Amino acid sequence: MPFCAPSSPAGCVAVSLWRARVFVLVCLAGCEGRQSALAPAGRGADRLVDLFLWMSVGALLIWIVVLALTAYGAFVDKAHSARAAERLVIAGGVVVPTAVLAVLLTYGLSMLPSFVEAAPEGSLKVHVVGHQWWWRVRYFPKDGAPFDLANEIQLPVGAPVEIELESRDVIHSFWIPSLGGKMDMIPGRKTRLVLEPTKAGVFRGVCAEYCGDSHAFMAFSVIVLEPEAFDRWIAEQSRPALEPSDELARRGHELFLENGCGACHAVRGTRADGVIGPDLTHVGGRSSLGAGLLGTRREDFRRFIAETHRLKPGVQMPAFGMLPEADLEAIARYLEGLE
Amino acid sequence: VTDADRSPPDRDVGPLAAPSPEHVRWRQAQELLRTWETPKGWRYWSAVNNTEVGLWYLAASFFFLLFGGVLALLMRLQLATPNAQVLSADLYNQTFTVHGSVMMFLFAIPVFEAFAVMLMPQMLGARDLPFPRLAAFGFWCFILGGVFLCGAIFFDAAPKGGWFMYPPLTSKYQPGIGADIWLLGFSFIEIAAIASAVELIVGALKCRPPGMRINLIPLYVWYTLVAAVMILFAFPPLIAGSMLLEIERAFEWPFFDATRGGDPILWQHLFWLFGHPEVYIIFLPSIALVAMIVPTFAKRPIVGYSWIVLAAIGTGFLSFGLWVHHMYTVGLPGISLGLFSAASTAVAIPTGIQFFCFIGTMIAGRVTRSIPMLWVLGSIAIFVIGGLTGVMIALAPFDFQAHDSFFIVGHLHYVLIGGALFPIFAGVYYFYPLLGGKQLSTRLGKVAFSLSFIGFNVAFFPMHLSGLRGMPRRVFTYPPDLGLETLNLISTIGAFILASGVALIAIDVVRPKKKQPHTERNPWRAGTLEWVQEMPPKPWGIRSIPEIDSRYPLWDQPNLMRDIDEGRYYLPDAREGLRETLVTSVIDARPLQCQRLPGNSFLPLVAALSTGGFFIFGTFHAWLPALASLVIALGLISFWLWVGTGRHPEKIEKNVGLGKKLPIYVSGPASVGWWGLLITMLADLTAFVCLVFGYFFYWTVRDDFPPASSPEPVAIWPAIGAASIVGAWALMILARRLNARSSSWTQLSILSAAALAALGALAFIAGPWLGGLDPKVHVYPATVWLLVIWAAAHVAIGVIMQLFCVVSRIAGRTTARFDMDLHNATLYWHFTALTAVITALVVAGFPAVA
Repeated sequence: MPFCAPSSPAGCVAVSLWRARVFVLVCLAGCEGRQSALAPAGRGADRLVDLFLWMSVGALLIWIVVLALTAYGAFVDKAHSARAAERLVIAGGVVVPTAVLAVLLTYGLSMLPSFVEAAPEGSLKVHVVGHQWWWRVRYFPKDGAPFDLANEIQLPVGAPVEIELESRDVIHSFWIPSLGGKMDMIPGRKTRLVLEPTKAGVFRGVCAEYCGDSHAFMAFSVIVLEPEAFDRWIAEQSRPALEPSDELARRGHELFLENGCGACHAVRGTRADGVIGPDLTHVGGRSSLGAGLLGTRREDFRRFIAETHRLKPGVQMPAFGMLPEADLEAIARYLEGLE
Repeated sequence: VTDADRSPPDRDVGPLAAPSPEHVRWRQAQELLRTWETPKGWRYWSAVNNTEVGLWYLAASFFFLLFGGVLALLMRLQLATPNAQVLSADLYNQTFTVHGSVMMFLFAIPVFEAFAVMLMPQMLGARDLPFPRLAAFGFWCFILGGVFLCGAIFFDAAPKGGWFMYPPLTSKYQPGIGADIWLLGFSFIEIAAIASAVELIVGALKCRPPGMRINLIPLYVWYTLVAAVMILFAFPPLIAGSMLLEIERAFEWPFFDATRGGDPILWQHLFWLFGHPEVYIIFLPSIALVAMIVPTFAKRPIVGYSWIVLAAIGTGFLSFGLWVHHMYTVGLPGISLGLFSAASTAVAIPTGIQFFCFIGTMIAGRVTRSIPMLWVLGSIAIFVIGGLTGVMIALAPFDFQAHDSFFIVGHLHYVLIGGALFPIFAGVYYFYPLLGGKQLSTRLGKVAFSLSFIGFNVAFFPMHLSGLRGMPRRVFTYPPDLGLETLNLISTIGAFILASGVALIAIDVVRPKKKQPHTERNPWRAGTLEWVQEMPPKPWGIRSIPEIDSRYPLWDQPNLMRDIDEGRYYLPDAREGLRETLVTSVIDARPLQCQRLPGNSFLPLVAALSTGGFFIFGTFHAWLPALASLVIALGLISFWLWVGTGRHPEKIEKNVGLGKKLPIYVSGPASVGWWGLLITMLADLTAFVCLVFGYFFYWTVRDDFPPASSPEPVAIWPAIGAASIVGAWALMILARRLNARSSSWTQLSILSAAALAALGALAFIAGPWLGGLDPKVHVYPATVWLLVIWAAAHVAIGVIMQLFCVVSRIAGRTTARFDMDLHNATLYWHFTALTAVITALVVAGFPAVA
């Protein structure tokens, strides 16, 4: 905290401002979700909350002064000299704004470099490609082949991560409000975002750039783990898919291949090696299905396969509602088991 | 600032004619009435007078405001609860696209033009603006395009790419006609908006009353001038961008397709190069209404007149350097982010100056309470919040979080509703008596204001919070467990309260007021010239055009109203039964010319219909009818120019009163037509510069521009093209000189110019044609083709102008004395020659040096 001893009048003002800031923070953060920029869990995000709160307090003060002057002019029946009014114009319109903006720009832009600079050499890299309306996420483990997953990002706490962003179709924007700012994903260009989670937990990311019909259904889960847990997770994800564990799942596996699901989806370790749709190798272990739309219980899989378009308008995957109920159940069982 | 804002006490009383006898005045009034009479019955729609066109414009823009508002309510219903199913995703996307587009293009811009067309002549004591038929044409284009666009949503065919229409979503991923409707429909409306801007600029510069020097211009007119100039330079980038995008959609030229060398970011640059000034084009003319209202109710001249004028001009300039703050998250280098952050926050300074001038005026005066002032106060309370959040998001780091979230939705509505809609409502209450001599209800007004003010804040304030809690913009729904439900429900409730306030205003405006007596003249005791108007208003605008020597002539010039009424100033009659107004000099408003204005006509309406045909058929890719419409439109416009302009007057000079004789026919830089064309061509050149910018943008950002293997346009052909076109231009200048000497070689000179020009256009096309450039393969050949086609099309229009001049010369319409057509055609050719030379240098010269 920059001010603690109110030894001077300026100090007193500073302390009151600080209290106001704390008050505003409490008001705003009353009930926070896992997708809130006001409940930061990353470097950068926390500084932006500070910036926002200071600016809000300042804005509130300015607004009160301007409104008080306006009310005085409009409702107090006293005509001041034109000279006084002109002084007000110079003070309020030129001097004060120039001073305030100078301070604000110095403070605000001083944090800019930390947002645009690259992550240190050797940092974890995650490659994310935006598709209508899902996220292809690729990791490059130090000891092993790169692997894909979809709509879920897991990160270790306390280390900077460089996220490389691309798009295969339209413009998307990658945004995890709890961890930091957003960055667009633009066809034909590569962009990058450096994040550094400071708290372990489960957060939610979304697409911030309007990208068509199901823009609202283009979310992803962000799971921040302790470093050891993260390494374990990487190792698990590197493995091929689990074998179907029961009769129903085996039947589901066969149906999955028979119905051509493998043309678009890959399940590592099986014949399914499609690259058009999300990789499903460990889909049963993810926290959501359909880019943040549903959970990953058997019922969710069944619904998504059968009612794809009703659930997610405009999506490319054809709905398989014409399959017999038993087949749907089997495929759902199979996918649920791919943990 | 000094108190020189008040007129000097020792000013001399301007010239004044002796009062005419009663019967002479009666005869003059009858002549004026007959001349300026509004047509009756179905012919009413042929009216071109500013009071009629302004009224239609106002009515239509407010209709679109209500339409856009209803769409907003539908969206708020859908967002009131999580996972609601009021609108489908597809319909929601159409709804927000149409809402944004309607509010921007069919309300905010037209309502500015409506107010300006309506009020500016009255404020300037002019009978009308210089090109009444052009204003009518602009209106008909606007209403046609607007109905077409809004209608599409009822057929589930509306655009759904957002009002910002980012490709590649809008180029490849939305195959319906929605995007075409947007691109062509709005280009059509933008061209109409430029037409109105030309009219307003020439009006402000050339149609002021004698004596209204540049430092006496009413603030509203200053603001209008600034905003109209901004339209001139801001709309062409969008028109150029829309052209690129529509060509990509229709013919697969890959301007924004990254796989074939294009870049979607070019669209964003062109769009925001328009889109940011657009915000100020909306804001400045609205705040202009405040600048008229505050002095009236503070009962004193505005404090800091010169500060306001300079601040408005400064805002206009700055606004062209801020567009990148809409693109902070596309991955720009830190240095650009820093520069544009600084520039974006800096705009707070001129804006602050303007608001403090208003506050200063209230403090220096004694403010009378009134409904217009209530809206002004509401506007300040709201706009200041929008301005402050604007400074926050101008800082790139904070914008990384706020961008494309509901925080921005909150911010932009605070800016636009506080900075534009509330002032516009203040203007509606303030100027309503000028429409029909009646007042709006004070009681209803208070209720409407309270509902709107409370409703607005309840609706939009929570959005800042929902945005920071992670709600992105343009989502048709949201999940229930993110802490967004309560905020959204509150917003929806607020939206309906706001809507009830607006509905109350609408009811008050349209409710019959037959029983209400006409209000007195100048009911607010204002100081500016528009309040000279009689109640109920007369069609002639002003009885005689006064000599002005104050910013607030009704306060400072004793007996002004009486003297105007008695016809003791300029143009007190209409002897010849022709509509006339005065043209004065730009800086000091010396009377220069008695301008004959065209009367009522259906030509603007039919010309607008056929122009609209081109765009509307084009939307459906019905190229043949589109081409036919274009030919008909060109024919109609030529006919319009033939019958409507450059007519020989029955006498050289006219006595305009006060012993002053002024010419009736002038040509070249002395004529308003020449100015109108000059201004139009500046807009045209801006569009061309945007295309050239595109060429160099690709060259900067793409390594494969030009692609290594691509064929080049054979350099000799563009060189021949440019040389021939420059030759044609020289021949046009020669023809103008020959004509001045009544030489019979004039026609030959023009005809050889036309032949040479046609040759030049063909040579331009021959370059990429013979070079075998295929525009579908890569953006490089596409850009080259586009530039040469642009140049060739300009030459083609130039040739039509040349043929028009030849016919006009043969018909004896163009003579050594009456040479307006030749002057204007030559002016056009200055620009065409410049365009051709730049084109040749870029397509042939640049690859050689690069």
